[in-house]
Amino acid sequence: MSQTMSLSGPPAIVLDKVNKWYGSLHVLRDVSLTVTEKERVVVCGPSGSGKSTMIRCINRLETHQEGRIIVDGTELTDDLRALDTIRRDVGMVFQSFNLFPHLTILENCTLAPIWVRKMPKGEAEELAMSYLERVKIPEQARKYPGQLSGGQQQRVAIARALCMKPKIMLFDEPTSALDPEMIKEVLDTMIGLADDGMTMLCVTHEMGFARQVAHRVVFMDRGEIVESGPPGELFENPRTDRLKLFLSQILRGH
Amino acid sequence: MSEAVTADHVPTEAREQIKVASLGPWAWLRANLLANAWSTAITLALGYIIVRVLFALISWGIVHAVWTVPYGPTGIADTSVCQNAVGIGACWAILADKYRLILFGRYPYDEQWRPAVVVLLFVGLYIVSGLRRFWRKELALIWVVTLAAVGVLMWGGVLGLSSVSNDNWGGLPLTLILATFGAAFSFPLAVLVALGRRSTTLPAVKLLCVLYVELIRGVPLIAVLFMASVMFPLFMPAGVNVDKLLRAQIAFILFAGAYLAEVVRGGLQALPKGQAEAADALGLNYWQKTAFVVLPQALRLVIPPLVNTFIGFFKDTSLVLIIGLFDLLTMGKVALSDPPWQSFSTEVYLGLAVIYIAFCFAMSKYSRSLERDLNRARGR
Amino acid sequence: MSQATADPRLSGPRTAPRRRMRLSWADPMFRSVVWQIVIVGIVVAIGWYLVRNTTANLAARHIATGFGFLGRVAGIPIGESLIPYNPAADTYGTALLIGVLNTLKVAVIGVVLATILGTLIGIGRLSKNWLLAKLTGFYVETLRDIPLLLQLLFWYTILQGLPGPKQAFHLGNVAFLSNRGLKLPLLDWQPAHTWALLALIGGVIGTVLCNRRASRQQEVTGVRPAVWPVAVGLLVGLPLAVWAALGAPFQLELPELKGFNFQGGGSFSPEYFALMVGLVTYTASYIAEIVRSGIQAIPLGQWEAAGALGLRSGQVLRLTVLPQALRVIIPPMTSQYLNLAKNSSLAVAVGFQDVVSVANTTLNQTGQAIEGIAFIMAVYLSISLSISLFMNWYNARIALVER
Repeated sequence: MSQTMSLSGPPAIVLDKVNKWYGSLHVLRDVSLTVTEKERVVVCGPSGSGKSTMIRCINRLETHQEGRIIVDGTELTDDLRALDTIRRDVGMVFQSFNLFPHLTILENCTLAPIWVRKMPKGEAEELAMSYLERVKIPEQARKYPGQLSGGQQQRVAIARALCMKPKIMLFDEPTSALDPEMIKEVLDTMIGLADDGMTMLCVTHEMGFARQVAHRVVFMDRGEIVESGPPGELFENPRTDRLKLFLSQILRGH
Repeated sequence: MSEAVTADHVPTEAREQIKVASLGPWAWLRANLLANAWSTAITLALGYIIVRVLFALISWGIVHAVWTVPYGPTGIADTSVCQNAVGIGACWAILADKYRLILFGRYPYDEQWRPAVVVLLFVGLYIVSGLRRFWRKELALIWVVTLAAVGVLMWGGVLGLSSVSNDNWGGLPLTLILATFGAAFSFPLAVLVALGRRSTTLPAVKLLCVLYVELIRGVPLIAVLFMASVMFPLFMPAGVNVDKLLRAQIAFILFAGAYLAEVVRGGLQALPKGQAEAADALGLNYWQKTAFVVLPQALRLVIPPLVNTFIGFFKDTSLVLIIGLFDLLTMGKVALSDPPWQSFSTEVYLGLAVIYIAFCFAMSKYSRSLERDLNRARGR
Repeated sequence: MSQATADPRLSGPRTAPRRRMRLSWADPMFRSVVWQIVIVGIVVAIGWYLVRNTTANLAARHIATGFGFLGRVAGIPIGESLIPYNPAADTYGTALLIGVLNTLKVAVIGVVLATILGTLIGIGRLSKNWLLAKLTGFYVETLRDIPLLLQLLFWYTILQGLPGPKQAFHLGNVAFLSNRGLKLPLLDWQPAHTWALLALIGGVIGTVLCNRRASRQQEVTGVRPAVWPVAVGLLVGLPLAVWAALGAPFQLELPELKGFNFQGGGSFSPEYFALMVGLVTYTASYIAEIVRSGIQAIPLGQWEAAGALGLRSGQVLRLTVLPQALRVIIPPMTSQYLNLAKNSSLAVAVGFQDVVSVANTTLNQTGQAIEGIAFIMAVYLSISLSISLFMNWYNARIALVER
């Protein structure tokens, strides 16, 4: 299915007829998607629809069997040099935060810049502190992840990903594991990121966030992209029955 | 084996024990010892046996025991008092006479302060390693320095210390050396083998690691010791003589490596996948990921099993009796081979048991309390 | 519904097409091949170096290689063996076989006794009686802090300190314990007994089949026919009937004091006895802990839920608690069985001739160290492989199906 690009510019991510199987289970069926630079795309769908698998393919946490994935002009293959380049430029935020519990917040953020981008330690720490301020928790820099709340941990995870100065940010259900009162602080951080012009591909159930921030919403079901379009249009006028069913379930849940 | 003592895992009987303990002593007796006819019968039977045994032990071990024996003009002990007391009283005099031989082996008498200091160094090393505030990279440095100091003290030849060949080492320091050096040198090997065994990209390396671990774990330690003491001389080019202690030490290192590798592998498996994924997503390569993210966490997860495995090694050092090295247990037997003292094996074995219990019980208590703390911190 | 992909059920799961490996460090396949060649190469190089030294050393010392020595006369005195043995005439091969049989004799009987003792002590640990619980706790704690070798030497000393045969402890004049070992009455084995034993095995098979038939009937009709009368008949009545029909021979050979020792009857040497007591008590302490944590691992809620469903306590035990407890108990238990088999190698320290002891003597006498050690390792690896295979089969069979 071809997408109407609401922004013009070079494509940041291109998925071209991507297929993936887990054994005999076909989890991604001919998925084709293009995300332009500075575009913000939200992916939604019922559980098991393949949305997490799709974005995990983009930084090779999962491997696709057919089709092409091109990130920032580099094709994603077995080539390890290409993989290194892509992982440096793509940041990921996980549902379960995945902060390193044995390192302080500051060390969590400086680990990759020091060892992957070969930054001197002082410079890395300055950079980390600036991003921690951006996510509004600079005072926690010397603490350990176990001492922070869920919302704070996720914000640190965002700062940690930003410290690598990525061109693209992937979010895999960033607020699903949070208590309701902490969801807002994380979403606010993500909105701040959007305002700064970051290219974002976000899997989430938060429809309010999608309405406010996304250029485009993509609805996936059973491994394929069913509908896509601007959020207002998609939510007000769902065209397919599957999307109508999904929306009714989501709204009932809220 | 960890005891998950949460509310719903404590069986009813134990819960009742706890509740009733808050009442008076007579009520406690009734509940815990005399609850029903069966329990009362057991209490009476066990009580009778315990009292009889205790009386016999106190009579043999304290009341009628012989604490010292006279020495003849040539310094040879006259053990007739002890001989007459066989079966009636313990002959603790043998420990008084032989304790230095048993503890330090054939180390030169005047230099025995050196192995004594070595024992203290080891005890200090264990204590420091157990304190959580030392669980940092600096701990490796502390180990290296302490083990080097042990080597210097035992061998001598430098710093004004007289040189003592390792053929004369024996007793408690040798036991500690075999166990501690074995564990220390095998640890890097164990980590590499555990990582190799989990490798998905290097099947040949994985096969080698599996073969090594299963081979060593499938055979008794004696076979490995025999292999070392009998086959190593054949492996070396003609003229190269591998020292007996070194052979045994290498055997222990190989043996420990396989068992520790399995423990470390358990830790690697227990680590949540998300940690490695986050490291991958940040762009860290395999060795950076393993060194900075995976290993620090995986090793912390398995510290109690690591300690328990070490306790096993400590006891296993006693097997060098069979290949003729003079550890603590062997020195006990050597002490018994002295003609005047031949009938008093029980006393010597009890003395040795006390030393082993002191070390092993302390370590296992530590491991259990650590496990409880770690479980509590993890919210289990 | 997308039509673009073929139904995988027709074409099967596809993987990415295998690209040819590029000779570049960026290709993961190339990297893995290089690493493997390097590491395996180092290992092979070390191995080759050791083999070269070994063959040179063996040649220099005029030591033969190969297993030809198995046919030579051994001359090794062996204290006890399950098959007739003559040191002057029997070969190394026979001696080694006896060693293996001795090891199995220790391992099999040791496992059975240790399980019984360990289970009793483990249950005792959970007792409401404070004295029993503390005493068994003390037993378990202490025995695990003392090296097994020290315990074996201790038991051997105690046994040698027992009175001589003339003042032996005895049980009704049929069983005797002295410093010459344990003497028990031995059944004079007749063909009738062999047939009775076969009948017993047949009875076991019959009972299993009857059980299955009863389960099937329960599925269909809901009523389970009583199995126990048939079981009693097959397990007790059938062997007895066979034995009686063949003349009911029952002759016990009693140990009799002749001179300085007992003659006749079944005997267990002091070495064997000391080894068994030491091994069984030591392993039982580990088994007790396993049994205890297995039982404690079953949450109280399981007992309560099963009871609330109306199951009687015997059924609760058999259908809900025991299957779960066994899942937790059996894996570490088989690992303890393997430990017991390996620990039996300490027999050499108390003078009992198990396979390690015989093989050690053999390799000292023939000088063929490699073959001797290889034999020992082969024996123990077979034992541990069998236990592992059993473990894997058992785990696969009872694995809880999880998401």
